Amino acid sequence: MLSYVLRRVLYAVPILVGVSLLTFALFYLTTSPENLARRNISAKNPSPAQIQQWLKDHHYDKSRSEQFKDHMTSLATFRFGTSDATGQPIAETIRRGAGPSFVIGSLVFVTTLYLSLTLAIIAAYFRGTYVDLLTTIVTVLVMSIAYIVYVNVGQYLLGKVLKWGPLTGFEFGLGGLRFAALPVLIGAIAGFGGGARLYRTFLLDEINQDYVRTARAKGVSERAILLRHVLKNALIPLITSTVAAIPSLILGGVVTENFFNIPGLGSALVDAINGQDFAMVRAMVFLGTLLYIVGLILTDIAYALADPRVRLE
Amino acid sequence: MITVQNLRKDYLVRKGLLARKTYKTVVNEVSFHIEKGKTLALVGESGSGKSTVGLMLLGLLAPTAGEITFAGQPLLGGGSMAERRTLRRAMQVVFQDPFASLNARMTVRETLTEGMTVHAIGANAKEREERAASLLTEVGLPPAALDRYPHEFSGGQRQRIAIARALSVGPQFIVLDEPTSALDVSVQSQVLNLLRKLQRENGLTYLFITHNLAVVEYLADEVCVMERGQIVERGTVDGIFDTPQQEYTRRLLRSIPSLDPDARRLTTTV
Repeated sequence: MLSYVLRRVLYAVPILVGVSLLTFALFYLTTSPENLARRNISAKNPSPAQIQQWLKDHHYDKSRSEQFKDHMTSLATFRFGTSDATGQPIAETIRRGAGPSFVIGSLVFVTTLYLSLTLAIIAAYFRGTYVDLLTTIVTVLVMSIAYIVYVNVGQYLLGKVLKWGPLTGFEFGLGGLRFAALPVLIGAIAGFGGGARLYRTFLLDEINQDYVRTARAKGVSERAILLRHVLKNALIPLITSTVAAIPSLILGGVVTENFFNIPGLGSALVDAINGQDFAMVRAMVFLGTLLYIVGLILTDIAYALADPRVRLE
Repeated sequence: MITVQNLRKDYLVRKGLLARKTYKTVVNEVSFHIEKGKTLALVGESGSGKSTVGLMLLGLLAPTAGEITFAGQPLLGGGSMAERRTLRRAMQVVFQDPFASLNARMTVRETLTEGMTVHAIGANAKEREERAASLLTEVGLPPAALDRYPHEFSGGQRQRIAIARALSVGPQFIVLDEPTSALDVSVQSQVLNLLRKLQRENGLTYLFITHNLAVVEYLADEVCVMERGQIVERGTVDGIFDTPQQEYTRRLLRSIPSLDPDARRLTTTV
C-alpha cells in the first residue's frame, strides 16, 4: 500500500510539470508580458522605462526557459510569489479564499450526496413501482433545468417574496447560515438528479445478485438486506465517483461564488483571469492539478479499504 | 416432506406502453412430491422453468397459482410471522455461482453467523462462532477460513462455504440450483460427494435443479424432466436413463458427453 502511494506521488511529478508547461505556453501564445505590464501599471500611457521596470519586478525579464524553471521551483515549494495585478502575496489570497470555498463546497457536497443517496435507496427499494417512476420524473426534471434558473428563481423567492434579507456574501460561524442556505440548497437541488440516477443503478446492480437471494433465504429482513448487504457493496462504485471530488472542494465553484458573492477561490480565479493576473492563474492551475491528483490517490486508497478484493501493489 | 401441486407462474409481458397486457407462463401445472431424506432432480434446458420452481419453493418468488405443502404445513397464504420464520429456517438454497451467492464484502464468519443471529441459533456470538467453525470442518475447510473473504478461495472452496452457509440455520430441505455447473469436472465430484455425505448424516431432503443429466445419476432418487414450464416425464433414475419415453428426454440424455469413443459416435448420428 505505502509503496503504491509513493509510486503514485512520483507519477504526479511529470503531470504537474506538464500542466504547468501547458499553462506557460498558452500564456505566451495568447498574450505577452508587455501587454500584462501595460494593463497592470496604473499610469495611462506607461513609458518604455516603466514597462521595463515592471517586467523586471515581476521577473519577466529573464529568458523563457529560465522563467519556466523559476516558476516551477517556486510552485513546487509552494512559494507562489505576488500577484501580477495587485502585488499581494498569492499564498495569502489562497489562504483567505480556501476557507469560504471549502465551507460552501463541502456543504453542497454533503447535502447533494445525502439527497441523491436517499432518493436512490427509495427508488431501489420501490423498484418497478410508481414510486420509482416518480423519482425518475423528479430527477430528470431537476437535471433538465439550468443552474442559472435556480439561482434567479431562488433569489427572487427568498429575497423579493419572502424578504429574507441579504442573500449574497459570506460569514464564518452560525451567523453565516443565512448566506449559505441558498447557495447550498440550490447547489444540492441542481446537483442531486444525476447522482440519484447513478446510485440507483449501482444499487439495482447489486440487488439482483444471488447473495441477496441467499440472504433473503436466510431470513434477513428486506431492510437489513438493503442497508447492510446491498449498500455496502454499492458503496464501492459510489466511492470511485465521489472521493476524487473532495480535495477539489477548496477550489470552490466558479459560478456559485460569483452569483452569491462568496469570497472564495472560485471568485478569485475569475478575478485573476479577468485581470490578466498570470501569476495567480498559474498558481491556481497548479493547485487544482495537485488537488485532483490527491483526490485520485485518495480514491484508490478508499477503494482498497472498502473492497477486500482490491489490493494496492 | 414437501408436496407441490399445480404450481404456476405467469409473467406480465407488456409490449409498449399502450399494448394489451399479455402473460407468459414460465411454470405450468407443476406437481411433485419429495420424501424426507430423498433427492428429486429437476432436469431441463435453460429457460425450462426449473429455477423458477426452486425460487417459489423457497418463498423468494410468489407463484401465480398452486399449492406448496412443507412437512404438512401449507407454505402459501400467510401463517403467522413466527411460523413463516421457522419455515425459512427449514428451507435453504445453494446457487450455481458461489462468487455471486456470497457477499464479497463479508468475511466467512459474517456470512455463516448472520443467519444464526436472525434465527437466534446459539446463545451468544462465541457459541455461534464455534458452530460456524464446526460447519466449516463439516464441509472440509479449516476453521481458520472464518476470517477470510470469499475471493481468497477457489471455486470449489467457495461452493463449500455456500453449502456451509445453507447449513448454518439447520435446514431440513435444501434447493440445490445447479450447484456444480460452475465448477471443474474434478471439483464437481468432490462437491457432489460432500452433498451426499451431508444428506446421509443430517437426513436432508434435496431438490436438485440441473441441466446436466450426468450428475443426476449420482445424487438423485427420482427425476422430473421439464420442458417449457411443464413436467414432461418423471420416474426413477434408472427408469429415465434406461427407458426414456419422451424425445426431449432422449435428447437430453444424448447431450451427456461420453468418454467412450464408440458411444460418442452413436450419439452424433441423430
